[in-house]
Amino acid sequence: MNPWNHDVAKDELDLVDVQVDGVWLRMPRGLNVVEVAHRSKKFIPHYCYHPKLSVVGNCRMCLFEMGTPKTNADRSPVLGPDGKPEIAWMPRPQIGCATGVTQGMGIRTDSPLVKDCRNGVMEFLLINHPLDCPICDQAGECKLQEYSVEYGTGASRFVEDKVKKPKNVDLGERIVLDDERCILCSRCVRFSSEVMKDDVLGFVNRGSHSTLTAYPGKRFDNAYSLNTVDLCPVGALTSKDFRFQMRVWFLKETKSICTSCGTGCSTTIGSREGKVHRLTPRENEAVNSAWMCDYGRLNIHYLDSKDRLHRPLLKAVGEQFPGTWADAIHRAAEGLGKFKPEEIAVVASGRLTNEELFVLKRLLGELGVTRVDIVKHTGQADNFLRSGDGNPNGRGAELLGLSSDGRKFRSWGAEIVLGKIRALLVLGGEDVVAAGIPASALQKLDLLLFSGILGNETSRLAHVVLPSAATAEKTGSMVNVHGRLQRMTRAIAAPGEAREDWLILRDLREACTGGNSLHSVEDVWKAIAAEVPQFAGLSWAKIGDLGVQLETRNSLSEGTLVKA
Amino acid sequence: MARREYRLVFKNIDVRGYTRDIACYQKHGGYEILKKGLAMGGAAIRDEVKKSQLRGRGGAGFPTGTKWSFIDPAKTTKPIYLICNADESEPGTFKDRQIIHKDPHQLVEGMILSCFANGVKLAYLYIRCEFTEGWKIMEKALDEARAAGFLGKNILKTGYDLEIYVHRGAGAYICGEETGLIESLEGKRAYPRIKPPYFPAVLGLYMCPTIVNNVETLCNVKHIVEMGGEAYAKIGRPNNTGTRLLCVSGDVVRPGYYEFPVGELTLGQLINDVCGGIRNGNRLKAVIPGGSSAKVLKAGEVYKIKEKGLDGKMSDKEVGLEDLRLDFDTLAAAGSMAGSGGVIVMDHTRDMVECLANISAFYAHESCGQCTPCREGVLWLKKILGRIAEGHGREDDPALLKEVADRIAGRTICAFGEAAAWPVQSFIAKFKAEFSARIARNGSASRHDTISLLH
Repeated sequence: MNPWNHDVAKDELDLVDVQVDGVWLRMPRGLNVVEVAHRSKKFIPHYCYHPKLSVVGNCRMCLFEMGTPKTNADRSPVLGPDGKPEIAWMPRPQIGCATGVTQGMGIRTDSPLVKDCRNGVMEFLLINHPLDCPICDQAGECKLQEYSVEYGTGASRFVEDKVKKPKNVDLGERIVLDDERCILCSRCVRFSSEVMKDDVLGFVNRGSHSTLTAYPGKRFDNAYSLNTVDLCPVGALTSKDFRFQMRVWFLKETKSICTSCGTGCSTTIGSREGKVHRLTPRENEAVNSAWMCDYGRLNIHYLDSKDRLHRPLLKAVGEQFPGTWADAIHRAAEGLGKFKPEEIAVVASGRLTNEELFVLKRLLGELGVTRVDIVKHTGQADNFLRSGDGNPNGRGAELLGLSSDGRKFRSWGAEIVLGKIRALLVLGGEDVVAAGIPASALQKLDLLLFSGILGNETSRLAHVVLPSAATAEKTGSMVNVHGRLQRMTRAIAAPGEAREDWLILRDLREACTGGNSLHSVEDVWKAIAAEVPQFAGLSWAKIGDLGVQLETRNSLSEGTLVKA
Repeated sequence: MARREYRLVFKNIDVRGYTRDIACYQKHGGYEILKKGLAMGGAAIRDEVKKSQLRGRGGAGFPTGTKWSFIDPAKTTKPIYLICNADESEPGTFKDRQIIHKDPHQLVEGMILSCFANGVKLAYLYIRCEFTEGWKIMEKALDEARAAGFLGKNILKTGYDLEIYVHRGAGAYICGEETGLIESLEGKRAYPRIKPPYFPAVLGLYMCPTIVNNVETLCNVKHIVEMGGEAYAKIGRPNNTGTRLLCVSGDVVRPGYYEFPVGELTLGQLINDVCGGIRNGNRLKAVIPGGSSAKVLKAGEVYKIKEKGLDGKMSDKEVGLEDLRLDFDTLAAAGSMAGSGGVIVMDHTRDMVECLANISAFYAHESCGQCTPCREGVLWLKKILGRIAEGHGREDDPALLKEVADRIAGRTICAFGEAAAWPVQSFIAKFKAEFSARIARNGSASRHDTISLLH
């Protein structure tokens, strides 16, 4: 996916001896010194270096002291009293990002020279910086701030006028640039050019007047542009969607996945007081590396949509009225009890989690209902992260035996009209009217039950409407199009009385069949793992933050982890 | 006593009746050495260049034979490129311009020989855009050489093909830095590359092995082929062989360009015998011996120089400024460098604060802006110096200037960091009293010419 992966050695087993701050260690040959330091539990600060982008060495923050083994006349290493090779230290510091380790190399990450180098770079970066941290969105996650604490001086010796540069530059549809904050690390330029193949960003002018800009007449609008906001180590590039909305240190971070398509990028949900403020990619080499698309990232505003369903609704005399959960579940269970299994049909959703689909499957099994379909959603695939499969958990549904061609439900309209189907359960918020069952047919149903997060044409016709929780509001698991099983974790509570689907289905099942042995999502997962062969042996904890690669048929995955 | 020059590269420069067309060049023996070289074979030429101990004339003084030996034409599968660096931009340097303007075919012949020696099929002449006339002259010279069969397909029926293209810069000092030049040639901003891994000999132009040589260096190759490496090495001094083009500017009676065997002259002989002494009967104050980036040398200074005596033993010798030999090793031992051969002479009327402010203004304007210490530090130096020159200096400024310069040199991607820091470090170290005095009399009017340079 990435042209570069500097954090991975060419051969992790080809090791050399390196001395890091006096300690001899074995490290993969050629791995760069920033990564070697990281693996040695040391830290070499850096701005421009990013493991997934080309190495340019322009920030000079990763300067370190380098040594090579002293050699005798016959080129054998000179050994010290401790039997270890003696090191000849070079007077000139080297950049860690562009230096691969070789046999016998010495590395000093915190010598007086190294400290002075970092101190110097910090001072240089700040002299023309506006120091507008109080109103900067990056504050709190800014590398200039962080490294100032570690390597800065606190006071400035700079008494000259600062260089003035463009501010509030409208770089693209979703991005604003403040050139005075920019430290010219070129991460954004490289991401756009190397990862997105979109040569739109670059520098103009020279020296201290160097300025980041978009090519004349071009906009920085590619489908992944917001990744540069994450990559930007300072507050130069900000997201129009997020800027000035929330101080980042107030954000609670919750590990989750994006459910905008079948790729399921690993994400971090940033929320505060029941509101999701942003979604950012969470590094996961098996899925999305460090990136996600702008669409998925910004697809959070439906959470506060005016169409959100907040309370259960029950239809009486042709109109929907708010009701209690107890009434709603009772009404639904009572309704279902009236029909023969073959008179009941279910349109479920590939947006539901494995746990929700599993509880549904149990319910249907107990009721003897076999008419189940899952609505297919197709999206525009690109050659990067976006999948053409719009269902984030289509594969999970498949593994749970709920898959279908996604089309058979369209013929149910006729069967409803003929009276063969008398009850229809629409779960996971699908709009079956838009998907092909005429509203006129739905109106003939004896029971139309709808669960979902947003109201739609179908919900408005339902006899029972059950408000449910969205991705950020629930815990569960999904399987992406490449067969990777991943977890999502609840970041905020669902609005109003809305509940997670697995709870709704559990209660419905209890009301219908009396069966209930599932008290938590983990309980449900345990039951799944015991029942579904592909999930066998996987505990909730084992899925971990990065997920697990399943051995699925037609797997497109390049991943090597199999039930790791 | 005027000294006689030893004109090798400048042999035909300013000779009455000598014109820059190919007919005149050939009448004076031009392209005969090419024939000789083609008959010798590439390996033999490389061998002679190695024997000659020729050191690069662009500024760093790196041995040309060694630079060439990094590439083995027999083993290289990628194309090998040669680039002639004609971006002559170092303030105080104006030697390559003379060659280009007055004897372009000497350069063309030197380039063809060097290309042939290294298995180069395609070469570039990177010329600074300010050399508008020079560019036209070189294009014409190449056309003439092509028409005469010295360039193009099957040169002189030897089966050797070579094409040389002229590429014009766009007005940036940094394009003279070889990896910046390569980037510029590739059509990008002239951001110097990090080394490692981008050593031109390995990953140069279009990521192919590339040799970048200065105009004067390439001209010398012609003479080495002509006289043989050993004979060439007899000119000058050991490890400092051949002749050197010296560009003298500043407060001397006869500024200009001169050619002498490397190290034959002392600084005093150059100033007094060759250039007629200091102007207006003034006293010598300081000399920048190798282009504006070289560290300044102060009149009256005494340097400890290691020298090989007649008995072959090394001994420390105390040498005064005017007795310094103008060669690579001596000037390095004196803490400066022979650099590009641009000797800038300053007399006792010069205000060192303003001189340094002027130099720093140049470097602040020319920093490419790629890496942090240079981008931010050099403009800072300029601002501090401008402030001192304008009468708003602070007591701590000299110390601050030194600290800022110390944090640039040795920490940047390319040698520009040193080029900008060395003048500051040396001026402050050697003329600190002048800076302090200037700061002490703050508020008094400073000279207007410097102020205008700074804004």
